[in-house]
Amino acid sequence: MPSRPTNTPERSPAQSGAKPLLEVSDLRVSYGAVTAIHGVSLSVAAGEVVALLGANGAGKSTMLRTISGLSRPRSGRISLGGEAIHRLPPARIVRLGIAHCPEGRRVFGSLSVAENLRLGAAARAERSGMAEDRERIYAMFPILRERMTQSAGTLSGGEQQMLALGRALMARPKVLLLDEPSLGLAPLLVQQIFRTLAELKAQGVTMLLVEQNINLALALADRAYVLRTGEVSLAGSAAELQADYEKVAAAYLGARP
Amino acid sequence: MNLGLYITQQVINAIALGSLYALVAIGLSMIFGILRMANFAHGDMMMVGGFGTLVLQATGIGFGWAAVGGIAIGALCGVIVERVAYRPVRGSPEVTLLLTSFAVTYILENLGILIFTSSAHNFPLPDWMDNAFQFSDGQITFTQINILTVVLTAVALAGLGWFVTRTDLGLGMRAAAEDMGAAHLVGLDVNRLIIVAFAIASGFAGLGGVLWAAQSGVVSYSMGFTPLLKAFVAAIIGGFGSIAGALLGGYLLGALEILIVAFLPAEVSPYRDAIVFALLIAFLLFRPNGLLKRAQEVKL
Repeated sequence: MPSRPTNTPERSPAQSGAKPLLEVSDLRVSYGAVTAIHGVSLSVAAGEVVALLGANGAGKSTMLRTISGLSRPRSGRISLGGEAIHRLPPARIVRLGIAHCPEGRRVFGSLSVAENLRLGAAARAERSGMAEDRERIYAMFPILRERMTQSAGTLSGGEQQMLALGRALMARPKVLLLDEPSLGLAPLLVQQIFRTLAELKAQGVTMLLVEQNINLALALADRAYVLRTGEVSLAGSAAELQADYEKVAAAYLGARP
Repeated sequence: MNLGLYITQQVINAIALGSLYALVAIGLSMIFGILRMANFAHGDMMMVGGFGTLVLQATGIGFGWAAVGGIAIGALCGVIVERVAYRPVRGSPEVTLLLTSFAVTYILENLGILIFTSSAHNFPLPDWMDNAFQFSDGQITFTQINILTVVLTAVALAGLGWFVTRTDLGLGMRAAAEDMGAAHLVGLDVNRLIIVAFAIASGFAGLGGVLWAAQSGVVSYSMGFTPLLKAFVAAIIGGFGSIAGALLGGYLLGALEILIVAFLPAEVSPYRDAIVFALLIAFLLFRPNGLLKRAQEVKL
């Protein structure tokens, strides 16, 4: 199999020459003695959707958690629009424009749907336009409007995923981090979530997507990185990777081309 | 004696006692909800509130303002303790937090002894508070303090209810109590939430302390100990970490204690506390999540 230049992680977005909105360079993260991420660099340009693929334990969620400020990097740099954010507390990072829709949804079960959405906007600097944003989310997911006063814990898994997405959008993020939005959902609901993500992409929302479902992720994304045991093992445009499924599989499993 | 009147009187007593337990238990539960810490120093905020009121009264200002000041001092003390003692060990194993709160208890109580000696001090009340209303030839008695306890507790609870359902800070506190990680992710300023939680919890304990002192007529360095233990029982009955549970538990415990004293044979009364703590053990064994709190369920 011929080696492609996309094997090496690039520092700037592949296609556009624009300055990246979110840039991670040479990031190292460890939990105690265990190193989860060994020097990963990646970038996401404004309006771009980038997928982060890889097997369990490859470091995908750690990457998102570190960008959000929940985990601290041992070394390296993360910047948003040129400003270093990797030493800031999570609340500041949300305020600067990174919203994280976490794995397992993590909606506040004892709070109502409306209260969950309200808290999504709690870190926002400007409070105006909240009502319109809420309307937009209810238009996107009409079921949430119906269940507005219900506590989030009574929602189905799919509805909770919609709420988690809506809550993240209430922050008016510059970059949306999505951790396994399809996890544990029925196929029909997965389709619905990804249709919504495609709509958001069309509206110009920048996303960094962690997803186990490779086909779904590559269909949505512009570019993708494959992580393996904390390192980038393959990177390229989604179209390229889709065309060369074997190579993606090999990158998952660890064969080096 | 008229049984109906007797029952009415005991209901009033139960509500007054339950209010005190609820005031203390709610703060305990709030702090456990957010920090997963059993704050043994919580009862000492009652002492701080009581002594604060006493000292302010000695300066000559009226009882009402002295009590407000005492409660504020209690709230401030809670915030300082959080900042100085608990924040540095936040995130450590739970046993570390627990031991830290024991240390804070010892420090505060010994400060109490150092400043106010170990003997109890009279808690002087203004004349208007020492009145009692009597009905049906004295078969029903409302003391002013009972009425004040119930009214002030109701006002405090209504304020808290408004706060946790209508304000971003209050909603954020409930969110952080449920899932600290997700609270960080939506950008809540968790440090600020914790400070506010300590201020409210300690203010409630301070109010409880003032009312407790008014009921018993004395303040002492160890006055928070018994109510703290009872508040633990109340919070666990209701569901530790749940505000509504602590409220329910407080009133149930108040009702139970009055029931034991008022309706069971007199020989049983001395075992009141034993019965209460047996109930605690029963709850821990058979319903450790309490009456209101459900175990966390995972939904797919």
